[in-house]
Amino acid sequence: MPDLLIELFSEEIPARMQARAREDLKRLVTDGLVQAGLTYASAGAFSTPRRLTLTIEGLTAESRPVREERKGPRADAPAAALEGFLRSTGLTKDQLELRDDKKAQVWFAVIEKPGRSAQAIVAEVLEAAIRDFPWPKSMRWGSGSLRWVRPLHTILCQMTTEAGAEVVALDVDGIKAGNTTEGHRFMGAGRFAVHSFDDYRAKLLRAKVMLDSAEREAHILADAQNAAFAAGLEMVPDAGLLTEVAGLVEWPVVLMGRIPDAFLDLPPEVLQTSMKEHQKFFSLKNPATGRIEGFVTVANRETPDDGATILKGNLKVLSARLSDAKFFWENDIRTVDSESLGAMTAMLALVTYQNSLGSIWDRIPRLSSLSEQIVSDLGGKKEDAKEACYIMKSDLRTQTVREFPELQGVIGRYLALHEGHPAHIAEICASHYAPLGPSDAVPNEVTAIAVSLAEKLDTLTGFWVLNEKPTGSKDPYALRRSAIGAIRIIVANQVRLSLIQYIRQALTMNESARQRWAMDANPNLSATFPEPEAKDLLAFFHDRLKVHLRDEGIRHDVIDACLAPLPSAATSAAGPGNDDLTLLVKRAEALAAFLKTEDGGNLIQGFKRANNILTQAEEKDGVEYSYGADVKFAETDEERALFAALDAAEARIKPAMAAEDFGQAMAAMASLRAPIDAFFEAVQVNSDNAVVRRNRLNLLSRIRQICLSVADLTRIEG
Amino acid sequence: MTNADTAPRSFQEIILRLQNYWARQGCAILQPYDMEVGAGTFHPATTLRSLGSRPWAAAYVQPSRRPTDGRYGENPNRLQHYYQYQVLIKPSPPQLQALYLGSLDAIGIDTGLHDIRFVEDDWESPTLGAWGLGWEVWCDGMEVSQFTYFQQVGGHDCKPVSGELTYGLERLAMYVLGVDHVMDMPFNDPDAPIPLTYGDVFRQTEQEYSRWNFDQADTEMLFQHFKDAEAECERILAAPQPDKAGRTIVMAHPAYDQAIKASHLFNLLDARGVISVTERQAYIGRVRTLAKKCADAFVTTEAGGGAAVAGA
Repeated sequence: MPDLLIELFSEEIPARMQARAREDLKRLVTDGLVQAGLTYASAGAFSTPRRLTLTIEGLTAESRPVREERKGPRADAPAAALEGFLRSTGLTKDQLELRDDKKAQVWFAVIEKPGRSAQAIVAEVLEAAIRDFPWPKSMRWGSGSLRWVRPLHTILCQMTTEAGAEVVALDVDGIKAGNTTEGHRFMGAGRFAVHSFDDYRAKLLRAKVMLDSAEREAHILADAQNAAFAAGLEMVPDAGLLTEVAGLVEWPVVLMGRIPDAFLDLPPEVLQTSMKEHQKFFSLKNPATGRIEGFVTVANRETPDDGATILKGNLKVLSARLSDAKFFWENDIRTVDSESLGAMTAMLALVTYQNSLGSIWDRIPRLSSLSEQIVSDLGGKKEDAKEACYIMKSDLRTQTVREFPELQGVIGRYLALHEGHPAHIAEICASHYAPLGPSDAVPNEVTAIAVSLAEKLDTLTGFWVLNEKPTGSKDPYALRRSAIGAIRIIVANQVRLSLIQYIRQALTMNESARQRWAMDANPNLSATFPEPEAKDLLAFFHDRLKVHLRDEGIRHDVIDACLAPLPSAATSAAGPGNDDLTLLVKRAEALAAFLKTEDGGNLIQGFKRANNILTQAEEKDGVEYSYGADVKFAETDEERALFAALDAAEARIKPAMAAEDFGQAMAAMASLRAPIDAFFEAVQVNSDNAVVRRNRLNLLSRIRQICLSVADLTRIEG
Repeated sequence: MTNADTAPRSFQEIILRLQNYWARQGCAILQPYDMEVGAGTFHPATTLRSLGSRPWAAAYVQPSRRPTDGRYGENPNRLQHYYQYQVLIKPSPPQLQALYLGSLDAIGIDTGLHDIRFVEDDWESPTLGAWGLGWEVWCDGMEVSQFTYFQQVGGHDCKPVSGELTYGLERLAMYVLGVDHVMDMPFNDPDAPIPLTYGDVFRQTEQEYSRWNFDQADTEMLFQHFKDAEAECERILAAPQPDKAGRTIVMAHPAYDQAIKASHLFNLLDARGVISVTERQAYIGRVRTLAKKCADAFVTTEAGGGAAVAGA
């Protein structure tokens, strides 16, 4: 069976696109081959900055012939039907067969597709793959109209059998497939022919190209760690950078250098960010001092001076960059000393937050008032929240953050410590943005929790006031991330608060900011917002909560059952609405656990049966059966037992719900399963005796009331 | 032939070597455009000539002005006036990367000792309504050139595609000459009877222009000039009337001059800090509108490969 080797050789492919391109090439080609009727044993894809390579082993030499039979119209069908059939098959009438089929004679078309050579199929599939390749961005070059990520120079495409290697005939816009390639841009020696994948890989290695990116990564990592270790330093791991750097070189050569002393006192994040973003250097840490003291750069070639010139050049660029960073950082420290972080925060009046909501400074009093409210509800100190709010965004005024925007917050923390703020306040400069992604930690200190929640609520309500809500895939302000961040903070810390109350407060403040900014404030109107907006934002939180809980393995119908408002009679006087997310989650978890038990699943069936009978009867009779079940009208033991069980369960459920002990409430509900089952087994609800019937319907109503006091079980599916 | 062992000794020698090199590759060596521009791309030899179907090959030095980058001549790397070397070849030849590497060799960068890398960098000019794909070229971790395949200019698809090379001359020369502060760089041969450094030529002008750009430029006048340039550009393009001989001449270049002017005036206003963040986008949009109209006009002309040749 033949092997297939494909190489698409181009100018430098962006590092970030290579992994995806390898997979796309493999998928497009193998899918195409299989669809055309070929099979293969294995396939592997590789990339370097200048090539995408695919090797396929054990390909069938030709596709199997395909015989397809299609049944057409009956022989006595109208002529138009036959014409349509001929058109769709592409045959003429004399090529059809007339066969007996059940009662009548029917036309059959037999279409034979002969097997095709793998060469022909490969040529067709590869050309289609090249033309339709899903690059994130592609371009034209010269006078051609072909698109590729950068100019495509050569195509190597050959099939190898024991008899030898054969080039697949293919011409894509003048680029003819051949059997040659070239090695390293500077260290290789011209083009060379290959006759198999093993030969290709070996010759590339001799021409100073490591074909496999995983091998390049491993090589870089091992050499970098060794170099660091020898210098008494250790490498700061960065998998993303490693992949990127491996995509920038064909022949990685690791070079290590030391950061000049003048820069060692810069915050380590500044050193790391500058070296990574601008120069793609790895940082080396001194385990003794904890400082970043060295770097590793990866060159793309060996040199007669063992990289001395390259290292010297890189060090020069590094010094220039770090001189800038040091200049910014020292200026920032001086600014803090002369102006204070508070004054720098006030200068944020010059920085627009949102066109219709004013400046970043305009946000600070809103954030402070919201944080203070939340923190005092959580038992923390108002003055702590206020102190944090009035410094936490000051670093947006620094030159360092202007140069390295990704360091916002981190820089603030250093400056706050410099100015003498307590550590837990300084921490908030960084943590009030958290969590930034699903793997980012959430704050857990009470002031930090309050401020971070306030940040998210103010952001969300601001865009709600402007009616800039996320729609479909459009969420330019990452509002979903804000909401899920708030949810994670609340749930992870078991924070108890009435979300709707803060939503209203934040909406009011943002609406007044909007009016002030638009200068359409009408003295006769207070800054109010329609209550539906608050409900709408709460519903947005509920949607995000569903996604969050679904990821935790809780079914959406269970969440829906808990989101539906509880009948007020069932809860304690100041009972929680569904805006207490911590409580919601606890109830959903308890319900989900309950439904997994045998009693739980059966109770739901009993509840649904009771509810269905009751609903039908209420619709038919036009009355509501909600009160007055009396044990004295009970005729059977099962009926009397159910009365007793309901009394007992109700007596347990009410206090359990009031105490937010949902496990207890569920257990009490579980005790109803046997009596309800027995009741339905023994008793006919729709008795001929009207008094007995009404009593039984009222009894069913008690089942409904008691069960609904835990969650809206009508929403449970199945 | 390698030039690595004959290292250049001055800023001007690097420029001369680039001129010679690209002349040998068949480029027309043009002179700088005689107007204030922010980058070599603004020269009509690039912006307009990258449009239409006619082949083109040009190379030139372009003095470039970026008022916000002025540092009174004190910063080792930043200048409000600096030089770019610009090469534009249409259609882009298949060996353009090799040609480019040859130019590095010509100015004394030995690719056997240095680490040359092509690192992804997509180019976009919001004021010209232009974009392309390519790389920034790194030499030992330092960006020494921009390498771009133009895909669109002035809102028009580039067919054929031009290959554009831009060298930041001061930075490149400082690296080749091993100089740490731009003002210390030898401008002419250090052994010349009157040796001049870059600072001898430009320190004073950097100070003067930094002061004018940041503090003194009359913003009311600049705003007015912007409006005037914008209006004149539109007027020139609006209706080229046939003359007595019945000839209609589309005045794409004079109109484009006004677009260049508007762009530079915007840069000056930006340096004076009188354009707010929101206005910024609007001004960039206004310049882009002019550039697009000029491009629309140019492609109808003879040089632009269009039909509307002079003469009706």
